[in-house]
Amino acid sequence: MSKLWGLSQAITFFSHGWRLAAILISLAVLMPVMVILWSLLSPEPEIWQHLQEHLLLDLLSNTFWLVLGTSLGTLILGVSLAWLTAVCEFPGRRIFSWALLLPLAVPAYVTAFVAVGLFDYTGPIQSSLRDMGLELTFPEVRSRAGVIIVMVLAFYPYVYLIARNAFSTQGKRALEAAQSLGYSSTSGFFRVALPMARPWIVGGLMLVIMETLADFGTVSVFNYDTFTTGIYKAWFSLFSLSAASQLASILIIVVFVIIIIEQQARARMRYTTVGKTAGHQERIQLKKGHAIFATSFASFILLIAFIIPMVQLLIWAKEVMQDFDSRYFDFLFHSLSLAAMASVIVVTAAIILAVANRYYSDIATRILIRISTLGYALPGPVLAVGAFIPIAWVDDKLLHGLKFFGYEGGLLLQGTMITMLIALVVRFLAVGFSPIDGNLQRITQSVDESARSLGCTGLSMLRRIHLPILKGGVFTAMTLVFVDVMKEMPITLMTRPFGWDTLAVRVFEMTSEGEWERAALPAVTIVIAGLIPIIMMNSHAER
Amino acid sequence: MPNDNVLLLLNSISQRYGNNTVVHDVSFSLERGDIGCLLGPSGCGKTTALRCIAGFEHVQSGSITLANKIIASESVHIPAERRHIGMVFQDYALFPHLTAEDNIAFGIQHLPKNQRKKRVDEMLELVHLREFANVYPHELSGGQQQRISLVRALAPRPKLLLLDEPFSNLDVALRERLCGDVRDILKQEQATAILVTHDQNEAFMIADHIGVMNEGVIQQWDGSYNLYHRPKNRFIASFIGEGVFLPGVVINDHRVAIELGVIEGEFESPSPVGTKVDVLLRPDDIIHDDDSPLKASICAKAFRGAQILYTLQLPSGAEMLSLVPSHHDHDIGEPIGIRLASDHIIAFQSDH
Repeated sequence: MSKLWGLSQAITFFSHGWRLAAILISLAVLMPVMVILWSLLSPEPEIWQHLQEHLLLDLLSNTFWLVLGTSLGTLILGVSLAWLTAVCEFPGRRIFSWALLLPLAVPAYVTAFVAVGLFDYTGPIQSSLRDMGLELTFPEVRSRAGVIIVMVLAFYPYVYLIARNAFSTQGKRALEAAQSLGYSSTSGFFRVALPMARPWIVGGLMLVIMETLADFGTVSVFNYDTFTTGIYKAWFSLFSLSAASQLASILIIVVFVIIIIEQQARARMRYTTVGKTAGHQERIQLKKGHAIFATSFASFILLIAFIIPMVQLLIWAKEVMQDFDSRYFDFLFHSLSLAAMASVIVVTAAIILAVANRYYSDIATRILIRISTLGYALPGPVLAVGAFIPIAWVDDKLLHGLKFFGYEGGLLLQGTMITMLIALVVRFLAVGFSPIDGNLQRITQSVDESARSLGCTGLSMLRRIHLPILKGGVFTAMTLVFVDVMKEMPITLMTRPFGWDTLAVRVFEMTSEGEWERAALPAVTIVIAGLIPIIMMNSHAER
Repeated sequence: MPNDNVLLLLNSISQRYGNNTVVHDVSFSLERGDIGCLLGPSGCGKTTALRCIAGFEHVQSGSITLANKIIASESVHIPAERRHIGMVFQDYALFPHLTAEDNIAFGIQHLPKNQRKKRVDEMLELVHLREFANVYPHELSGGQQQRISLVRALAPRPKLLLLDEPFSNLDVALRERLCGDVRDILKQEQATAILVTHDQNEAFMIADHIGVMNEGVIQQWDGSYNLYHRPKNRFIASFIGEGVFLPGVVINDHRVAIELGVIEGEFESPSPVGTKVDVLLRPDDIIHDDDSPLKASICAKAFRGAQILYTLQLPSGAEMLSLVPSHHDHDIGEPIGIRLASDHIIAFQSDH
């Protein structure tokens, strides 16, 4: 009897411990959001008036057109490419199927500065045209259309990836059903396959919108003012943290709307899953003309979204090989160590959440987890402000308290990495959570029970069953977060300790001075890191 | 006096969840080397009973004795891991990160290495999967996973083996073949086992004794022949096998009159003379005989290979089933001659 008591008590105690930890984590996520929302509830009239008169309308219309254009572009590009590679057959389809994901490795701000560098008045294209004696009036690259095109090329893979998965599991089968009911394959696509894949496509589109709203680097390169650059300028040019947080609070409202749409799309994805693909499906063989068109279309997109930017980057990087010096290794070291720290913290927090998710399936725990993993939708500048304000407040209080005891030094927390790490962890917790949670779901109750019926319990079960199964998920989570942190720009830029420049910060600084060549070397490094998850994803898909 | 041959004894087990009594006063015993089965529709409490034996549920009242030792009661709960009871799960629950070989070796880590290896090989041999020793579960077919999970549970030589719907995820042809295999394997290992299933054919193929459960109660604990031919109540009669009830009247203690005539035979549960009863007629109780003056018209037929199952209609409109050798191929609507062939009477008092 006493042993029985011990076991069940221990389980209860530890699961309460897990839940407590989960509560703490979700509070850490909620803190920046609450701080920002608080500033919405306590507007400062002067700042508001200034914002309204000079900024707000421009920012809103800029954001509106950017979101609209990027959504439409990614939708058309993503869905059409997904349909072609998932359901049709044309020369090169197998290669395009994964190669079209390559632009995911290139941060949008990299594509952006390459595009601007290429098409600028002093850039290679316009210069050589002038050399040939052609005086053409070139459309200004730093325009609304320019930003939209770059963002479409950078973000279409989100829609492409998710729509391709939807089409390849259900597209052909649904189409066959439609054909057996008398539809042609074209009308079947619009009447059946597309509506069926809608929740997936909407989900992918919402990710695109989140990325668009969160983007800081691309719009900076194009001098296209949106909320993220507005927040940055308010903080670092006007030195008004409250103006920054007022702007952040407007942005966060927009983001919440997107989150709600995305969550609904996700819920519907679950209910309409058709199940596994039944073996190899026969593809639609495109007729010759169509096939040539499909191949050229996919090649063109791959060329402008990945190959040309990469080639140009490498050419520039080669021109500035003298930059390959100790400063470069400083940037690299800062990037790598920041990514390592953030990914260790994220993975630890993700394991706690995933375990809490397993032991508690009640509503409270599910809400906590939902909150904790919302950070992926929150733009970096918002999180930077939201994390900085409370840290500065605590710092201030600490300093007052310590002065009372005769402390003479400076600030304790500001200037350390703590703000940056909090904001990064909040932003990337979801990235780490889903692979770990997915793996933990594989350990069903009957797996635990069969281990017990074979005499294995407690720590031994953790060591022999749970940890080995989790290992793969932890590795994936670690890698994904690591790479995302390396690519991340605004949080690192806005909250880094003085002098702690990373590769992304270096790219920002060089591009804001128009020195594209000198931004190329750190950019190439980031892209190489960015390729790792794509290779992982690809080898996983092939297994 | 404890009977040394009795391995498992369930004494009046009951389980409630809130107001819902899932298992009610269940008692049975199983002798060493026997294969028992809890058979019943889903939600009848059979899996809960099994999980009580395994130790995954705490027994609320009653007791469970394994090899003359109480393992579960209101006040005793030996944890599952120390009961030496093996379990095969419906979803097999193989450990996804371990090879087939390592899965089997999981429960026998206490053995020295060479003995462990020997036992694992023996087990792989038993299910003819030696060449799959180093394969991971996701690379195995459903039937292979099922067999690995069976020998994983058998490897530590458990005192008792529990199988929870082990065939329900397999297709029908494989299910039948594996049922036979599993019985052979269990007998070869001299294992004592309890199977839980909703499929009577599985139960008949594997088990020596079957407990048919409904609404948390064991309705009858018996061998397959008796369940089919001597059902104790209406539920058993309609759950096991096929058949129809025809109204009849008791003439004396070995005769009942029904529309087809008088059935003579041993009366399973005699009722007073003149009682209105419902008489169970199995498809094999009605024999097709062209010479018989008794006619019934065919209203449906189902071809079953060697036999055809005819649904016949009597002049009164009552329907019954008859299993007829398949070369007697008649058309729907055709009247055919039939004869009663029953040496015992199964009748329950009529409700109306």
